[in-house]
Amino acid sequence: MTAHAPILPILIPFAAALLQMVCGRLAWQRLIGLLAAALLLLVTAWLAQLADDGQVRVYALGNWPAPFGIVLVVDRLAAAMTLLTAVLGLASLLYASAGFDERGLHFHPLFQLQLFGLCGAFLTGDLFNLFVFFEVMLLASYTLLAHGGGLARTRAGISYVVLNLIGSAIFLIALGLLYGTLGTLNLADLAHRLTLTGHDQALARLAFALLVTVFVLKAGLLPLSFWLPHTYTAAGAPVAALFVIMTKVGIVALLRVQATALLPTMPDLLDYWLTTLALATIAFAALGVLAATRLRALAAWLTLLSAGTLLLTPAQGNAAVDTAAIYYLVQSTLAGAALFLLAGAIAEQRGRAADHLMAGQPLSSTWLKVAFLVLATTLAGLPPFSGFVGKLMMLSTLREVSAGTAIWVALLAAGFVVMIALARDGCYLIWKHQAKAETSAAPLIGWQRKTAILLLVAAGPLLSLLARPLADYAGEAASQLHAPGAYVRAVLGTAAVEQGATP
Amino acid sequence: MEALLAIAIGVLTTCGVFLILRARTFPVLLGLTLLSYAVNLFLFASGRVQLDAPPLIQAAAVYTDPLPQALVLTAIVIGFGMTAYLAMLALRGLSESGSDHVDPGREP
Repeated sequence: MTAHAPILPILIPFAAALLQMVCGRLAWQRLIGLLAAALLLLVTAWLAQLADDGQVRVYALGNWPAPFGIVLVVDRLAAAMTLLTAVLGLASLLYASAGFDERGLHFHPLFQLQLFGLCGAFLTGDLFNLFVFFEVMLLASYTLLAHGGGLARTRAGISYVVLNLIGSAIFLIALGLLYGTLGTLNLADLAHRLTLTGHDQALARLAFALLVTVFVLKAGLLPLSFWLPHTYTAAGAPVAALFVIMTKVGIVALLRVQATALLPTMPDLLDYWLTTLALATIAFAALGVLAATRLRALAAWLTLLSAGTLLLTPAQGNAAVDTAAIYYLVQSTLAGAALFLLAGAIAEQRGRAADHLMAGQPLSSTWLKVAFLVLATTLAGLPPFSGFVGKLMMLSTLREVSAGTAIWVALLAAGFVVMIALARDGCYLIWKHQAKAETSAAPLIGWQRKTAILLLVAAGPLLSLLARPLADYAGEAASQLHAPGAYVRAVLGTAAVEQGATP
Repeated sequence: MEALLAIAIGVLTTCGVFLILRARTFPVLLGLTLLSYAVNLFLFASGRVQLDAPPLIQAAAVYTDPLPQALVLTAIVIGFGMTAYLAMLALRGLSESGSDHVDPGREP
């Protein structure tokens, strides 16, 4: 059973999607979906615990050995990311089961397919397989984005699909170049062959540059990030909450490719441009946070801000920085998703004002206000919640790098702007009311949505409480990521690596 | 042979990029289709162009690399599905907003 653990996070959502397509009744689909999401959570937690022994687990699909077949590779980072996906998937699905899934067809199978694509993208050790899982994830996201209908979603959908299709074309060109120059698409094999001589260095460099371009397009680096805010604003609340992790897929892929293949052979590929553009992304997102007129738009800009912050890290190529990045990634994903869900619930409570930042009906439930307060504290990076711990780790590790001063200024200024924007928006949502005459009874928030929101909001205090063990795990994940030799040997076998090195 | 293939990929890419930069969804869709053709040909060429060679290692001294062909097949299937979805989405946008401009309301 343990030997087959790496494939379970991929098989569970896929099997659930197939089952859901067979039985078309919504009640059954909900039940299967929630059970599968809970099972996924258990399995990924187990996988994260298994991976904690420091061994790189390799699962050869169809039992074809590594350079020839496709492999799944589980190390601490991959396991932690699938666990994060499962937590987010369960919370979003719980929220969606309260009625959002009735607004269109096939919500549940598509949601499971999205989880399938996400888990696959985190686990795979083969670049072409990564492309396939990206496409599975994207195709599900295209249809989930359009779920619920409406012109805003269709329009956002068209630009999102066109941009991602161009991204896929660039991804394929990069893969073609890599195969043409190095003769393999397995990440470990690529890293190994890059260290040998006899290939065209310039072409390999160009291929990796194209690959990095695709990853930063998914992550939302500045010249390629204009699609992100309006796409995430247009998506329904539970869909947007799941989309928060899609920007992180690009960042994790970039971290892995950088640490495994680029650092040993071409460490200067990300220098000069990535940190500058990430700083520009932070400035752009901070302005967007100030300019947002809806709570959902605010959440979308905050997602971009956290992506910009995380994109500061790959260029440093440093295990300490990556430790902070992994902790920050986990906490910012959960907090961002929580804001999307909370915005959805708040919008329904405020009558016609919805989630626009203007005077509306007063929020009747106190827990919503408290949840907003806790979440705003987390998002702004104020003590004592996880946003503060994450930001502190980022700032203290990024102090020693070359552009440290600029990074400090940008991060602190952005944190200040976010704090102002959240304080202003909290005033609108909680204290500014319309005249009483226009108010009508606000709909009740069912237990599913309440649980989903509280689960994600509680992550802020919880991750802060468990900061030490989580930071230790992140630290070990980062040092494992920065030991590419062990990764390559685990995938290819020690004999093959040494044999290849001698001639 | 290589020159012909390179020219074909170049022309397809140029036309594709030109069409993607148009402001209406239909030319953009055509542009994406052309771009995906170019990419598929490019992937095909990544295993080196061999004439009259079987994709088997032991049958002859010269062989064609079969892996890019499998990659191209996957890429074709995925690209086809994506393009079909985009066509449906563009049609829905046209019926909902009455315009196939990518940025409705800003038409000349």
